[in-house]
Amino acid sequence: MMKWRTALIFCWITFVTNVFAAGSGDVVLKHKDWSFNGPFGTLDKAAMQRGFQAYREICASCHSLDYIAFRNLSDLGYSEAEIKAFASEYEVEDGPNDDGEMFMRPGIAADRFPAPYPNEAAARAGNGGAYPPDLSLITKARANGPDYLYSLLTSYKEPPSDKDVPDGMYYNAAYPGNLIAMPQPIYGEDVTYADGSPADVSSISSDLVYFLTWTAEPSIEKRKRTGVKVMIFLLIMVGMSYGAMKFIWADVKKV
Amino acid sequence: MSTNKFSNPVVRWIDHRLPIFSFMDHELNEYPTPKNLNYFWNFGSLAGISLVIMIVTGIVLAMSYTPHVDHAFQSVERIMRDVNHGWLIRYIHMNGASFFFIVVFIHIFRGLYYGSYKAPRELLWILGVLILLLMMATAFMGYVLPWGQMSFWGATVITNLFSAIPLVGDSIVTMLWGGFSVDNPTLNRFFALHYLMPFLIVGVVILHLVALHRFGSNNPIGIDPSGPQDTVPFHPYYTIKDFFGLSVFLSLFAAAIFFFPNFMGHPDNYIPANPMQTPAHIVPEWYFLPFYAILRAVPDKLGGVLAMFGAIAVLFILPWLDRSPIRSGNFRPIFRIFFWVFAADCVALGYLGGMPAEGIYVVLSRVATAWYFLHFLVILPLLSVIETPKPLPQSLSKSVLGGTAMVGAASAVKEKI
Repeated sequence: MMKWRTALIFCWITFVTNVFAAGSGDVVLKHKDWSFNGPFGTLDKAAMQRGFQAYREICASCHSLDYIAFRNLSDLGYSEAEIKAFASEYEVEDGPNDDGEMFMRPGIAADRFPAPYPNEAAARAGNGGAYPPDLSLITKARANGPDYLYSLLTSYKEPPSDKDVPDGMYYNAAYPGNLIAMPQPIYGEDVTYADGSPADVSSISSDLVYFLTWTAEPSIEKRKRTGVKVMIFLLIMVGMSYGAMKFIWADVKKV
Repeated sequence: MSTNKFSNPVVRWIDHRLPIFSFMDHELNEYPTPKNLNYFWNFGSLAGISLVIMIVTGIVLAMSYTPHVDHAFQSVERIMRDVNHGWLIRYIHMNGASFFFIVVFIHIFRGLYYGSYKAPRELLWILGVLILLLMMATAFMGYVLPWGQMSFWGATVITNLFSAIPLVGDSIVTMLWGGFSVDNPTLNRFFALHYLMPFLIVGVVILHLVALHRFGSNNPIGIDPSGPQDTVPFHPYYTIKDFFGLSVFLSLFAAAIFFFPNFMGHPDNYIPANPMQTPAHIVPEWYFLPFYAILRAVPDKLGGVLAMFGAIAVLFILPWLDRSPIRSGNFRPIFRIFFWVFAADCVALGYLGGMPAEGIYVVLSRVATAWYFLHFLVILPLLSVIETPKPLPQSLSKSVLGGTAMVGAASAVKEKI
């Protein structure tokens, strides 16, 4: 199974490494062995639930999650009742009603996550001019997304003495250029997990990577599971068509 | 006459009035094909199947896609998340473009090595180059549709190239954009053209096939079949071989779709287009990188554009640049070396196209670009004069079967028919 993969990677590595390397600059990425890596990868539901909690309690104050609706949370293993309860914690603008007025109502499962800011200008105004990007696609929108995100969240450090860090900027070893406008979001023990899991910087960051890998591609597990079946089918097809070809050509080649 | 071939009376009745069954029988069943074709001859049918895959998935995607700057990116994400199996259809289409180009590039290099462009197949070759050109335009416009960062900035860079044309350049760019920058009208017309052009490709592919069937396939020896003993009927010999090739192709294709679907894409295209923010490096899709390298190798803007289009244009006149009467590179010892040097040059251009245009890369790009044109404009015409080819075999059967067994092979094939 690894052979064709290696072969394919070999074929295009020249092109793609350049493309990927172009954006990364002088950064050091930490590589983790994520459960969703590889052709048989799966998402860790417990980690995603913890990541969801961390998103709501830490990230959501600045970062939106535009492409995720509450109903999607069933993928994380939540029941319908739990999803309705999450949704109803939010107030959502709806309308216009029969009087032409917009009104607020509790969220329902079909609603998408309400954004923390009404628009980009408001988001910038609230964050010293920097725009906190939407997180739905973040692990796909960065090269080596999961490793990048994990590294970013765990690489806030004291700057080296020769590095000048301007006001409103922070030193981060994993960010291209090493100066990032986002203050360190996770210090450890920022959240209290119901399942008693550790809540150090590394664990919370890792949980968030699981959650945001799912938000970037909710179909990732289904994709890989389907892929394994399709590959088995196709490899049998390769074998059978090869046999049929040899059989049909036998009288031409041998004579 | 040919209607007698069919036993079914309904088929006979139809075929007498509209000979489609005779046509299919003639072109797909009994069509005599050289018996010595190697696996490189699989890529023609693979290209045709890729085109069909792209059209089918493309039409389904268009049912859920919205060509508007405010909705395009979202609508693609809705396809990925909310449309049943939308993720699969989109990943097939997205990776299908890359695989289509891989297949077509191999198909073209096969033609270059075995001299498939030589008389009497010049028009067949020219139609093929036309298909390549149409494919490039279609792929470029398709890449713009998701309206991510690379979509937008790629469109900006490439459409701006036309401004290099003297006098009318700026007007052409305005016309392409439908305004004064890449914006909603640009996206709308690109969508319309992206939907139209595959059908133009289908039309040219049909002409390509008509031209192919006029003289039949070239073959690795490069001499014409001297009689029925040198050929086999297309069905079942090449239908099964093409089917085997298809199985292998689909396995690789599926591996990409299911296990690394974004490998050949750029992560920046998952960031919605933002006209106010230029990405650090604007790079085209990998299949354009050799041409991108040629474009950037020439210091003058117009010169770069001319060189880039010239790189394709030179292919149109290739049948008249290489005047050697020997088709197959197997019998041309010097050509063979230069062929591989040229192939390496193309890979090098692809590599350089993905590198920043600075320092040593600029120098290397210029050398590689110069070599690209040197190969076509100087080396090939020169080789046709100075090269002494190896002796050609007398017939395909002889070279394949080693002489005396020829008669036996012919009778065996006849029995099969």
